[in-house]
Amino acid sequence: MRRIYLDNNSTTPVLPEVLDAMRPYFEEHFGNASSIHHHGQETRAAVERARDSVAALLGCSAAEIVFTSGGTEADNLAIAGLAEPGDHIITSCIEHHAVLQACKHLEEAGCEVTYLPVDGRSVVDPDDVRRALRRNTKLISVMLANNETGVLQPVEEIGKIAAEADACFHTDAVQAAAKIPIDVRKISCDAMSISGHKMHAPQGVGALYVRKGTHLRPLFFGGRHERSRRAGTENVPGIVALGRAADLALQSFERDDDRKMSALRDRLQQRILAQVEDAGVNGEGAPRVPNTCNIYFDQIDGEAMVISLDLKGLAVSTGAACSSGAIEPSHVLIAMGLPADRARASIRFSLGKQNTGEDIDLALALVPEAVARLRELAPTPRKGPTLIGRWQ
Amino acid sequence: MSDLKTIAVAMSGGVDSSTVAAIVRAEGHNVIGLTMQLWNQRRLAGHEGMPEAVKGRCCSLDDVYDARRVAEHIGIPYYVVNHEERFEREVVRPFVSEYLSGRTPIPCSLCNNHLKFDQLHVVARQIGADFVATGHYARVEYSDVSGRWLLKRPADRSKDQTYFLFGLTQEQLGRTLFPLGGMNKPEVRELARKHGLALAEKPDSQEICFVPGGDYKRFIDAYLAESGESLPDTSGELVTPEGEVIGEHAGIHNFTVGQRKGLGVATGSPLYVIQINRADKQVVVGSDDHLYSRTLRGHRVNLISVDELREPMRVSAKIRHRHEAAPAMLEKIAADEVRVTFDEPQRAVTPGQAAVFYDDDVVVGGAWIA
Repeated sequence: MRRIYLDNNSTTPVLPEVLDAMRPYFEEHFGNASSIHHHGQETRAAVERARDSVAALLGCSAAEIVFTSGGTEADNLAIAGLAEPGDHIITSCIEHHAVLQACKHLEEAGCEVTYLPVDGRSVVDPDDVRRALRRNTKLISVMLANNETGVLQPVEEIGKIAAEADACFHTDAVQAAAKIPIDVRKISCDAMSISGHKMHAPQGVGALYVRKGTHLRPLFFGGRHERSRRAGTENVPGIVALGRAADLALQSFERDDDRKMSALRDRLQQRILAQVEDAGVNGEGAPRVPNTCNIYFDQIDGEAMVISLDLKGLAVSTGAACSSGAIEPSHVLIAMGLPADRARASIRFSLGKQNTGEDIDLALALVPEAVARLRELAPTPRKGPTLIGRWQ
Repeated sequence: MSDLKTIAVAMSGGVDSSTVAAIVRAEGHNVIGLTMQLWNQRRLAGHEGMPEAVKGRCCSLDDVYDARRVAEHIGIPYYVVNHEERFEREVVRPFVSEYLSGRTPIPCSLCNNHLKFDQLHVVARQIGADFVATGHYARVEYSDVSGRWLLKRPADRSKDQTYFLFGLTQEQLGRTLFPLGGMNKPEVRELARKHGLALAEKPDSQEICFVPGGDYKRFIDAYLAESGESLPDTSGELVTPEGEVIGEHAGIHNFTVGQRKGLGVATGSPLYVIQINRADKQVVVGSDDHLYSRTLRGHRVNLISVDELREPMRVSAKIRHRHEAAPAMLEKIAADEVRVTFDEPQRAVTPGQAAVFYDDDVVVGGAWIA
């Protein structure tokens, strides 16, 4: 069975060029980047080259990049490193759990947190940010692109509001990095998180941009790695891979690959909507990253849809997996105001650099058929719950 | 079964369903492992009177982990499907509601009727499976004579689970496989070992899966507290069959017909709950003799081996899971109602439980005791 992977917002395959770049750092150049000898010097140089590449991708200077174990650590570091008990934090209810749960944690520790709503397209209103400001607002954290819908947030406006209010602005750019050109100066953010495995580098590496002069408390305590902002021996192969992936992303923007990807995504979306009734795009009308579309298919069970498609070789996703692996309706779609049934009937398609037009054609051969089967076999709506007795 | 089918196996993470998956896989079928996520075991953990964490029971992360490892070991795709909402609606709330109404519910039958053989069958069909196989100890056979699917007791009578399966429809039975129906538990464990399943020695689960420690009263308290509802006041009097008030009780949901402990009255001879009257909140207690009755009425009837009860039928009827089926006459008395008349009076006929009717090994059908 030919397998097609359209779940690149979950993770992406490591590109061959990226794997080639990182491979020597397992065996040949294995040194600890903190060692003073030849082996250490070799890997230190590689880490700093990678830092240059990541800085170039985000439009900052190399000294402003802190390598982490991934997006979650970068988000946690930004939030716990910038706000402390007594501070007020503004965030949105469509953030990734790495941001939401970090905020919840700080809330328990004595921070005040405002969770902003979104509109029907999953967009935060900058005026809501302004209205939420308080005297003690220390941090605003709003993502650049949403992982479920791909919808871009008005981060430049929010950056201005934060600057005027003298609050730090962090943006989780995990789903935007390498998909759209990014410039931290234009966004005027103080911190930005990215993750390697969402951009064709391996799992286990990420980075946090921290604007020069921003005081950041570390999460880890140990050696003076990463300018004392992140203790722990550097994951050199991962960092090298992230650097290479950043180089490739910059090159692909020059080739207009992002436009080609959005053309592929649009073809997938339009043909699905042309063939399937009672379906539509979640986040329709809002600017999106080029690789994502989230489509609802009314009267289907998204979970059964994902399983059916997986058994036929197409990998897509729905909602959020809870700890057992069962699916819960996406908090993002619920926050947009989708009824629970429609949230449960929504499927996310997300493309990667490896996907081709042929992949899209194969997906198009499977999706309408799967929807038809699911609808045909859907249970007839039952009468209300079979309550045997009433409460009193 | 000569030709190869696509079979979804309902995997709980226990020995039985894991062995079923290994058996059908070894037969060469196209097998898909499914686990139903029905209840978040941590949901009421830590509520007053509830244990902090629950390990090693259905829907716990440990069990999902075990099921996933089995699926990976035998090489089948495996998915967890979320039916928490429906489980709460169709099983948990009715469970609470039944107790508050003075009856003694059987959540496992509701789960079989509304989840395992209904929702799971729907998902299985949607994802392309022809059959659903489960680890129940029971047998399904097609009768050419009656043209109906029959539910039969398993070879291992001590493991018989047909009592919980009386609600299955013909369509559900026609799509169900019980591969353990001809085996006993040691044989199943032996097969599990033979297939190299790491959980071959895992102990059987006994309790109601969502009631940790089996303390349903605490569960009801915690559940109602969590959903912001107050426990309805069903406290009232303890009375004798003659109507004499001999004490008070804190709520009818604390009692089950046949119960001896926790009555809160001391008398010379042992007293048992013989009846619970919801309307006047009275719990009637009396001696053991009062517990025996010869007849019961059953409603919400499901017939399996026959399509209609045209005339009274000789059956043996079982009135709780651990009851020895007793000879009785079964007759239809209204549209969805039957009367069972036992040859000998039976002890503690309990409203809310099921009466299941057998003709030797064959399940004729069943009904809920009114």
